[in-house]
Amino acid sequence: MPKDNGIGASSKRREDVRFLTGKGQYTDDINVYGQTYVHFLRSDVAHGQINGIDTTAAAAMPGVVRIFTGADFEGIGGLPCGWQVTDRHGEAMQEPGHPVLCQGKARHVGDPIAAVVAESAEEARDAAAAIEVDMTELPAVIDMAAALAEGSTKVHDDLTSNLCYDWGFVEENKAAVDEAIAGAHHVTTLELTNQRLVANPMEPRVALGDYNAANEEHTLYTTSQNPHVIRLLMGAFVLGIPEHKLRVVAPDVGGGFGTKIFHYAEEAFCTFAAKAVGRPVKWTSSRSEAFMSDAHGRDHVTKIDLAMDENGKFLAVRTDTMANMGAYLSTFAPSVPTWLHGTLMAGNYTTPLIYVNVKAVFTNTVPVDAYRGAGRPEATYQLERVIDKAAREMGIDPIELRRRNFIQPDQYPYATPVAVEYDTGNYEATMAKLEEIGDIAGFAARRAESEARGKLRGFGVNCYIEACGIAPSNLVGQLGARAGLYDAATVRVNATGSISVMVGAHSHGQGHETTFPQVVAEMLGIDESMIDIVHGDSSKIPFGMGTYGSRSLAVCGSAMVRATEKIINKAKKIAAHLMEAAEGDVELANGQFTVAGTDKSVAWGDVTLAAYVPHNYPLEDIEPGLEETAFYDPANFTYPAGAYCCEVEVDPDTGKVEIMSFAAADDFGNVINPMIVEGQVHGGLAQGIGQALLENCVYDENGQLLSGSYMDYAMPRADDVPCYVVDHSCATPCTHNPLGVKGCGEAGAIGSPPSVVNAVIDALHSGGHTHVTHIDMPVSPSRVWQAVHGG
Amino acid sequence: MTDVKMTVNGKERSGSVEGRTLLVNFLRDDLRLTGTHVGCDTSQCGACVVHVNGKAVKACTMLAAEADGAEVATIEGMANADGSLGVIQQAFQDHHGLQCGFCTPGMVMSAAALLAENANPTEQEIREYLEGNICRCTGYHNIVKAIQAAAANGSAVAAE
Ligand code: FES
Ligand code: FES
Repeated sequence: MPKDNGIGASSKRREDVRFLTGKGQYTDDINVYGQTYVHFLRSDVAHGQINGIDTTAAAAMPGVVRIFTGADFEGIGGLPCGWQVTDRHGEAMQEPGHPVLCQGKARHVGDPIAAVVAESAEEARDAAAAIEVDMTELPAVIDMAAALAEGSTKVHDDLTSNLCYDWGFVEENKAAVDEAIAGAHHVTTLELTNQRLVANPMEPRVALGDYNAANEEHTLYTTSQNPHVIRLLMGAFVLGIPEHKLRVVAPDVGGGFGTKIFHYAEEAFCTFAAKAVGRPVKWTSSRSEAFMSDAHGRDHVTKIDLAMDENGKFLAVRTDTMANMGAYLSTFAPSVPTWLHGTLMAGNYTTPLIYVNVKAVFTNTVPVDAYRGAGRPEATYQLERVIDKAAREMGIDPIELRRRNFIQPDQYPYATPVAVEYDTGNYEATMAKLEEIGDIAGFAARRAESEARGKLRGFGVNCYIEACGIAPSNLVGQLGARAGLYDAATVRVNATGSISVMVGAHSHGQGHETTFPQVVAEMLGIDESMIDIVHGDSSKIPFGMGTYGSRSLAVCGSAMVRATEKIINKAKKIAAHLMEAAEGDVELANGQFTVAGTDKSVAWGDVTLAAYVPHNYPLEDIEPGLEETAFYDPANFTYPAGAYCCEVEVDPDTGKVEIMSFAAADDFGNVINPMIVEGQVHGGLAQGIGQALLENCVYDENGQLLSGSYMDYAMPRADDVPCYVVDHSCATPCTHNPLGVKGCGEAGAIGSPPSVVNAVIDALHSGGHTHVTHIDMPVSPSRVWQAVHGG
Repeated sequence: MTDVKMTVNGKERSGSVEGRTLLVNFLRDDLRLTGTHVGCDTSQCGACVVHVNGKAVKACTMLAAEADGAEVATIEGMANADGSLGVIQQAFQDHHGLQCGFCTPGMVMSAAALLAENANPTEQEIREYLEGNICRCTGYHNIVKAIQAAAANGSAVAAE
C-alpha cells in the first residue's frame, strides 16, 4: 500500500487549491495604498556614451511624479557580486562597478538609463518616451573571441581588458594532463557551443517598494527565490539599510529557474525611490523587458579532449572554455563556469587526470548567471558529447564505453581529481534501470519501423552527475563565496499541537508547502494537515539562503529536521514529567508519548498544551513554550546522478527532429514525495529538450537582441515534447544529511541535452551521413540540413 | 474614458476604461480578479486566457471596450458552487498538472474550452490545442494527463 501521509507519500499539493482558483498572491497581485508606477527607459544601443539626459518635457507630462537618472544614484553602492574567483595566477578576478542606473555609459541593450515614476504605468511609459538622451553610440563587443583580442574595445574603461578571469583547475595537474593526452592511444576532440538561453519563468519579475517614514521601515515585495539574500545584498551593499529596517517579501513566485536568485537594479530602485518620493513604487516587467534585463544563462564556447587507452579506458580530460559574463557581473556569475562546472568534469567516471581552463569574458550583452543546472549542464554536455563521439571513433557501444569507466559502488567515498568527494552512488544500477525503462533492446525494431516510413531513427544515451546543496560554508568561503551556504528553520509548536515551520527555503513551484510538512509529520507521527510552513518573508523567518541549486530539502530540510529533533527532545522531557517517568524511557510514535514497558501514555496535544499552560510542568528544569530553531551547514555537496536516453526521428527531407521517447533513471537518494519529484524531472527534461532543439538567445554583431520575445525565442510547447518515462528507484541515500536526500530540481535540465544531440547524430549516421560528428544546439531543421548537405 | 459593462463569472460588473485598456488589465486592475495573469506582451503565452461568450480568448489581445456587454468567465468562476474544485481543477491537482501556478489559470481555461469542443480529445489533440499556452515548469506531461483524466471524469458525469 502506498503511504498516504508522511515521507514517501505522494501527497497532493495543498498550494494547488489557491493556484487553481485564481487566489494565488503573486507580487503583481499586491497593491499598496497610494502606489506609483515606474517605467525604466532602457538603452537601445549595446554600448553608448551618455552625454546628457533632458527630462524637461517628460517631467511636464501628465501624472509624472519624479524622474530619476544615474545622477540620483551617485554615492550609492552599485549592485554587488557575491562570488570572487581567483585566477590561475593567484590574482583576483576583474570586478567592474554595476550602477543601479547607468552612470555615463550604457553597456548593453536594456541597461536602464532613467526611470519615470508616475501615477499610472501608462503615464510612466508615455513620459519615458519623451525623455531625450544625447548618446554617442560606441563600437560594441559581442563575440567572446573578439572581446579577448588585443586592442578590442573595452566594455569597462577602468579594467585592463575584457578578461574577467583566466581560471585553471586543477592548475597543478596541467602538465600531467597535457602529457597524458600527448601520449594516449586515442584522443577524441570536440568543439562545441552551449548556447545562451533565457530562463523565462512565466511570471515576469516585479518589484514593489514601500517606505514607512514613521518608523523608518522599508518593505520590498519582489519576485525572488531568496528574499534574505536580497535583504543582505541590497541592505548592506547598495542602500545601506540595516536588516531591522528592511523587510523583503517574496510571496507566490511564478517560477525562477535561477534567474530570480540575483539582486537586480529594479529592486534597489523601487526600495530607494519609495523613500525618495514618499509613496510606494511598483515595477512590473513586460516580457520584452525581461528578455533584456533578466540574467541570461549558459553561453559557453568549449573545446574538449578525451584521451583513452586501447580499451577505451579514460586517461585524461582537458577542456578549454570561454564563458560569457555579459556587461556586468551578476550576483553569482563568476561561480558558474568555475566551481559549478570544473568540479563536475569527472562525471560518473574514473578519469584520473583532468584539467579545466575557463576564461570569463565581458561583452556588451545582458549579464549571464545561473540558469537551471548552472555550470553542471555545460560540464555534462561537453563530457557526454565527447564520450559519444569517442565511442563511434573507437567502435565501442556508447553504453559499454561508459560502463568500462564507471566509478564502482565499492569505491565510495570517491575523491575525483577535480577536488570533490562523491559520498555515494551506483551508476551501473541507473544504467541497468534505463535499459529496462527505455526498452533499449526494442530499439532496432522501432528503427526499422521508422525507416519503413522514410524517417531516420536515432538513439542517444548519456549519464550525468550533479553537485547540489553546495557547502560547507567554510569551504565555499575559500572558493570565493561572499556568503554562507547553510540554511535555517524554526519549528513553532502551538499550544494545541498545530505547527508552523518557518523555513529559509523559498517555494516557487517546488511544492515545499506540501513536502516539508510531510517530513515533520513523519518525525512526530502526526497528520500533515496539522503543519504549515511559512516562507518568503524576512520578517517572519529567522534567516535563509533561499532556493536554488536543488538545495532546499538537502540543506533547509535538514535544518528543519534538526529543529524538530530539538522539539522532540524537549517534548519528551515534558511528557516524562506528565507521566512521572524517566526521560530516557519515553518514546514517541504516532503522536503518542509512551513509557516503555508500561501502559502510560500522553498525547502530543497534551504535551504541547502543558508547554503553554505550564501548571503541571518541570519549570525548574525547562522553559515553557515549544519552539526551536536550527541552522544547518552541510558537510559536503550531494551528488544526484543518473542515466538518460532519447529516441528521435529525423525527417531527411526537412531536417526536422522529433522526440519519440525520453527515459530518465535517476538516483536522488531518498524521496519525500514521488509525485513532486517526478514533476520536477518532467519540467527539467522539457527545458533540456528546449535547449537541445529550440531555444537560442541571439545577438547581432551590433549587440541588438534578435530573440527578444516569444515570437523569436522558441519556448518548448506541449507538442514539442513527449510523455516521459521516469524512474527514481535506484536510490543510494546521501550519507551526510539526516534525510538521505540529494535534490532533484535540476537533474532533468542537466541530463537531457546530450541524449537528444547524441540521438540526432546517431540517426544521421544510420542514414549514411557519417561525416556529421556534431551539430550545435539548438538542433534546428536548418542546422541538420546544413550538416547533412553542407559538405 | 468609456463606460463598460459586462457579466463576469455571472455577476454584472462595470467600470470606466481608457480606449487602450486591455481586457486583462480591466479584470486585474479594476475588478481585482488577479487570477488571470500576464506572461508576455506578444500574445504568445496564454497565461491570460479567459472565456468571452463561451470562447477561449487571450485577454491581452482584446480591449476592455470590445468586451462591453459580453459574458466573461475567469478562473475565479471555475470552482463548483460550494467552493470545491471543478472537474478540471481537481484533475490538475490530482495529476500534479501545476507547479508554480502562473500558467495554470490560462491552462485550465483553455482545457475547459477544449473539452467543451471535444469531450474526448486524444493526447495529440490536447497537445496541439495547448499550442498557445506556455508552461515553463511542468514539461506538459502532467497537464496532458490531467486533461485526459478530466475528459474521462466529464464523460462519466455526463453518462450518469
Ligand atoms: S499575456 Fe496574453 S498571451 Fe501572454
Ligand atoms: S506551472 Fe509554472 S509555468 Fe506552468
